[in-house]
Amino acid sequence: MNSFPWLTVLGLVPLVGSIVVALLPKSKPALAKQLAFAISLAVLALVVVIALQFDGSTSAPFQFVEFHDWIPAFGVTYSLGVDGIGLVLIALSAVLVPITILAGWNDVEEPNTESVGSVKGYFALILALETLMIGVFAATDVFLFYVFFEAMLIPVYFMIGRYGGVQRSYAAMKFLIYSLVGGLFMLAAMIGLFVASAQILGKGTFNWFALVGLNIDPTTQKFLFLGFFFAFAIKAPLWPFHTWLPDAAGASKPGTAVLLIGVLDKVGTFGMLRYCLPIFPSASDFYAPIIIALAVIGIFYGAFVALGQNDLKRLFAYSSMSHFGFIILGIFVFTSIGISGSTVYMVAHGLSTAALFLTAGFLMQRRNGSSLLSDYSGVNKPAPVLAGFFLFAALSSLALPGLVSFVGEFMVLLGTFQRYMWVGGLATLGIVITAAYVLRVYQKSMTGPVGNGLEGVKDLNGREITVLVPIVLLTIFLGLYPAPVLNVVNPAVDTVMTVIGATNPEPTVGLSSTTSEGAQQ
Amino acid sequence: MNAVAAVVRTVEATPWVMPTLDYTLLAPVLIVLGAGVVSVLFEAFLPRSARRPAQLTLVFLSLIAALIAVINLQGSRGTAGVGALAIDGPGLILQGTVVVIAILGALLMAERGLDPNGDAFAARASSLPGSEDERQFTARGYFQTEIWAFFLFAVGGMMLFPVANDLLMMFVALEVMSLPLYLLAGMARRRRLLSQEAALKYFVLGAFSSAFFLYGAALLYGFSGSISFPEIATALSAKTGETGLVLVAIALVVAGLLFKIGAVPFHQWVPDVYQGAPTPVTGFMAAAVKVAAFGALLRLLYVALGGLRWDWSPMLWVIAALTMLVGAILALTQTDIKRMIAYSSIAQAGFILVGVIAASPAGLAGSIFYVIAYSFTTIGVFAIISMVRDKNGEATHLSKWAGLGRTSPFIASLFAIFMLALAGIPLTSGFIGKFSVFTAAMSAGDNWLVIIAVVASLVAAFFYMRVVVLMFFSEPTEATATVEIPSVFTTIALAAGATVTVLLGIFPQPLLDLILNAGVFVR
Repeated sequence: MNSFPWLTVLGLVPLVGSIVVALLPKSKPALAKQLAFAISLAVLALVVVIALQFDGSTSAPFQFVEFHDWIPAFGVTYSLGVDGIGLVLIALSAVLVPITILAGWNDVEEPNTESVGSVKGYFALILALETLMIGVFAATDVFLFYVFFEAMLIPVYFMIGRYGGVQRSYAAMKFLIYSLVGGLFMLAAMIGLFVASAQILGKGTFNWFALVGLNIDPTTQKFLFLGFFFAFAIKAPLWPFHTWLPDAAGASKPGTAVLLIGVLDKVGTFGMLRYCLPIFPSASDFYAPIIIALAVIGIFYGAFVALGQNDLKRLFAYSSMSHFGFIILGIFVFTSIGISGSTVYMVAHGLSTAALFLTAGFLMQRRNGSSLLSDYSGVNKPAPVLAGFFLFAALSSLALPGLVSFVGEFMVLLGTFQRYMWVGGLATLGIVITAAYVLRVYQKSMTGPVGNGLEGVKDLNGREITVLVPIVLLTIFLGLYPAPVLNVVNPAVDTVMTVIGATNPEPTVGLSSTTSEGAQQ
Repeated sequence: MNAVAAVVRTVEATPWVMPTLDYTLLAPVLIVLGAGVVSVLFEAFLPRSARRPAQLTLVFLSLIAALIAVINLQGSRGTAGVGALAIDGPGLILQGTVVVIAILGALLMAERGLDPNGDAFAARASSLPGSEDERQFTARGYFQTEIWAFFLFAVGGMMLFPVANDLLMMFVALEVMSLPLYLLAGMARRRRLLSQEAALKYFVLGAFSSAFFLYGAALLYGFSGSISFPEIATALSAKTGETGLVLVAIALVVAGLLFKIGAVPFHQWVPDVYQGAPTPVTGFMAAAVKVAAFGALLRLLYVALGGLRWDWSPMLWVIAALTMLVGAILALTQTDIKRMIAYSSIAQAGFILVGVIAASPAGLAGSIFYVIAYSFTTIGVFAIISMVRDKNGEATHLSKWAGLGRTSPFIASLFAIFMLALAGIPLTSGFIGKFSVFTAAMSAGDNWLVIIAVVASLVAAFFYMRVVVLMFFSEPTEATATVEIPSVFTTIALAAGATVTVLLGIFPQPLLDLILNAGVFVR
């Protein structure tokens, strides 16, 4: 291992950037944007450097490990490290932040009748959020994770509440309260975990490595699992804990929505994978059938509601909820392919959400911010490029083969079939509904006669195309060649499988036989 | 006061022995009380123009001297004043905290830059509200400075309270602390009737609670034959079967202390007094009384009544749960910031009680950490409340805070940090405080109390964040108040409150070390 604190530096760069941006004079909004963009690109470059050094073949799943005492009185350490899953999600955040900044270039203008915040404030918040996103995926101490997990709420709360639409104040408060409900129950469970570890080890700890494989007695596990899972299920969101998401997404700027759904919600599924499964294996096993049932309900519920939505932002929020059903399903079937698939799906969903929200955002901006589907029709005649990107985003959302979302969805379903054939069969039906609502949106808004007031709609400009092209390229590249992601993810998934003591059911489907062997010990 | 305790004790113990007093152990309290006496003389004999500078010099010098004296005692462990005082680690930490908070409170009280007509206090408290007398005094700037004498006596009482090691000393400390506070609460310059009503209410209810305490103390003395905490503990463990009357005694004594803390159902005075008292006094009182009274409660419960833990903990369990929930729920409906903070302080008292109930070294350390963190945040909160003004003085109605984040982003951000700290969001001192008391309670097996505390935290978060919503998510209106630029006094207090709130959130270990190394109460 090298001793250079890569992850700390990675987290510090956007934090320092955020402070600098916040301290810029109010009279120079353009400078604030440029600086924020430059910093986010620097972070992306750092992530690339880190990813290139990441060794996917080594037996030690956690790399770039840092370890310092923080609050010894409570056994709290400042310890960071990434496995393949964490690395992939950090990379996703680092890709989406500059895209969001560039996409939201003109979203917050001063003076603005809608929002009450300053331009520089918005970009400073995005950078502060990036620090916390990196921290949450890199923490290997439960306490540290919790600190990032909760602190993350604050910038998002301000991004929705100060810069959102009409319902912003209500949506921000709802988001905060829902998240705090989960967070506080997680706090109680975390303290319970500390007390349980103190009983077993003699001295309480929050260190993830010490907590994994700690044989907490099954009854305690069941309670503690619930505390953690509840927080993650709200964040993810799992049906029926999802009602904050459509409001939050509906009231947000498109950029905020991308970070909220594209990255932040992944913290929920990441948390299940990193904390719920390895620390509470027997409880995970106990609750898995219920969670799988909720996930399948979520797949259908989200898809059906999306089918009937007239508000684009809410529609995408419901569609995300349906997709999160797949991700959670893949995690809780306890098969290598399922879990790997879920991780790939997280990345895919981040990209497709970004594509959908940003394209739709560009469209809405051209019509005074209206997000009603009924306000749009025939856009493909005045703005063919926009319509083309929108179609791509739609196809990416419905998991067209050749795109990365197909890889994820397919692997999740495969993993599910291995364990529960009927659930797999049922979930597959969800794809059909997804196709129905996605195509319905495209058909209504882009095809047909040009709608009233849409005749003069301008097509995408250079900046907007620059924003979307990287997403498109990544979606296609990883769809055709997912190995870069799978190679780093698979060893981490094997570790998870080993820790929870799950084996892949026979006969193993030969898609990733090396993975399955690794898990069958 | 030491003489009083000594007399009582020497009456019991014959033959008469001249008590030996170690004055270094008593120095912190003696410095402050002595300065209080000098302050009275200043008010009586100095020319009018020299009074304020002289008083301020006296107050700050004596408090700093007291702080040095406390630090000087670091590591001492034993009793002083013939057993009436216990000088030990936790006691000294609490005493030191009281002194620091008193310095910050004095800074708030000394502020004259916010209001063109003077400070927050009536020129002469004895003049009738609205009278010609009052108008003349104010117009000519004839300000009396007796507040400083009251203030110093109150601080002296607060410093005695957490180190009082027998029932009589504790009662004396309680009264020395409370009587000046009743008066200070009634001395607001604006809205004087409200202030005087608050003072009267505080006094009457406070007198009631003192009576409870005294009655309980008498019963405990009757049972154990002693007023000293260690001897009460010995008597309780010796006569285990006969606890019927003792339980009544404990309930009465503890009720007297819970009144000062503002726990439900002894909380009715809190909102009125917080609202009516001059804001600097409210800030000082809210912060310092909590520190002193929790110190006293901890010592009484842990030292004298430690053997009866299983008798008092269910009672306190219910009170803690009620305090958290009632405080948080009633705070939801408030429209006045001072009343809201008052109810919030009730809820916070409940959270600290969660740590007290644990009855373990971790509980002691957690409660002390929490109360220290809380007191600094509270000073900061009231510093800002005193700065937000319109033409009628402080603008305490919440609607006047709308859009403050737009007009005064820096001060509004500081206030938001304080609200986040009170709500217990990570990276603030409030989170570490909550974490430490919850951990102590769960280690002691009080899982359900922690669950209730978590639910109450959630309700509390709602009203704390409501202020943030108002400040940041609303447009400023015609009625929005302005933030006045204070003089260096309030600025220092505010900076100290904010710095401690953030630092303890990120690096709590030094203070935790200090508290943990201080050990437990001397027996």
